Amino acid sequence: METTFQLTVSPDFTPERISGWYIYNTWLQRNLGLHFHLEMYDSFDAQRTAICQDEVDLIYANPFDASMLVREKGFRAVAYPVGVTDECVVVVPAGSSVQKIEDVQPNARVASTDDPDIQLVGMIMLEPADLSTSNVQSIVVDGYVLVAKALLKGEADVGFFLKDAWDGLSNPVRKQLRPLVTSQISDIHHVLLVGPRLMESAEDIQSLMLRMPEIEKGQGVLESLGFEGWAEVDQEDTEFMIDLMDTLKAR
Amino acid sequence: MLRDMQPLAVLGDFREYHINLYGFGPRKVLVTDEEVAYPDGKLIVSRTDTRGIITHCNQSFVDMSGYQRESLIGTEHSILRHPDMPSAAFKSLWDDVEAGKIWHGYVKNLRRDGKFYWVYATVIPNVRNGRVEGYTSVRRKPSRTKIRESIALYKQLKAQEGSSWDGPED
Repeated sequence: METTFQLTVSPDFTPERISGWYIYNTWLQRNLGLHFHLEMYDSFDAQRTAICQDEVDLIYANPFDASMLVREKGFRAVAYPVGVTDECVVVVPAGSSVQKIEDVQPNARVASTDDPDIQLVGMIMLEPADLSTSNVQSIVVDGYVLVAKALLKGEADVGFFLKDAWDGLSNPVRKQLRPLVTSQISDIHHVLLVGPRLMESAEDIQSLMLRMPEIEKGQGVLESLGFEGWAEVDQEDTEFMIDLMDTLKAR
Repeated sequence: MLRDMQPLAVLGDFREYHINLYGFGPRKVLVTDEEVAYPDGKLIVSRTDTRGIITHCNQSFVDMSGYQRESLIGTEHSILRHPDMPSAAFKSLWDDVEAGKIWHGYVKNLRRDGKFYWVYATVIPNVRNGRVEGYTSVRRKPSRTKIRESIALYKQLKAQEGSSWDGPED
């Protein structure tokens, strides 16, 4: 019986990219000659449970989870997307008296999704105001539209957005909000990682990703994902990013 | 050995110090009382080998240091050492990372033009195949409260070391 591998995607994808990942899955199977099931988890907790139970074979992971996947689960990073960033935007309501990060006060209500790297980078950007998870009120919602809604309804004082999600909000919504600061980290990014059961195909997957724009329909699939292409990741690149994430997670 | 700082690169009045860099010997540094604000949203990232020689630095590191990237790679990381920093702070850093631990601390860094900037630094050993091959240092923007607390602490440490804190106190 043919083995079915599981492909999954970091749950911080924006709704308009969901169809792109299904198209990618179809394209990948056709060009790799392997059978994949695409599982789109709706929360980071659900995805981590699946990873812990060794159900995942190929994952487009955020940098926060990449560390655990490589160091604890034996995954190998093969490529990262070109043309997308993992930056975080710290946003307040347009009429807020807060003009700079240092104006944000203790006990501020901070809205975010459960996206761990955006929560991490967002909190780092609040540090100059002497804020940490211990002296803010964290409000975790199910998506970036709900982060915007919490700000608009006066239920949150500050919101953290993935930059792509912030850029994707409608103009009328964005006009009622005001970005305070955008991270410019650039050394961290999502990565495509191959799990132990699929490891013998790692080179083929990497090669396929790098050649994607030249292969039939590859360019269209990339566009549906919002990527310009894939770039090669070697072991040292991955280790460096993990070290960097570890410095950010350390307290 | 690190070159002495050059007066032509420093704008305005400056003070001259001769500091002894552990492992690398003496260096003449020129400092002013002008602070450069840490850029919002950025991380300053560098890597060194196990001797403290810079092997990688990001653009924010280059921009804040005031040096050209080419003159930073291959140079001692202590090119940023400010004379207001007590030796005890760096001893604690090296003791921790050489023991394989993560180090955190507030650091006043010296730029090529004699100005300074404060960072909150985290240094982590780069372990590859079970061996420490170097260190990654990531700096982020510190709060003014933490800077004031650090100045008070470093003044005490410097007094214990027989020197004084000569820079601004806020």
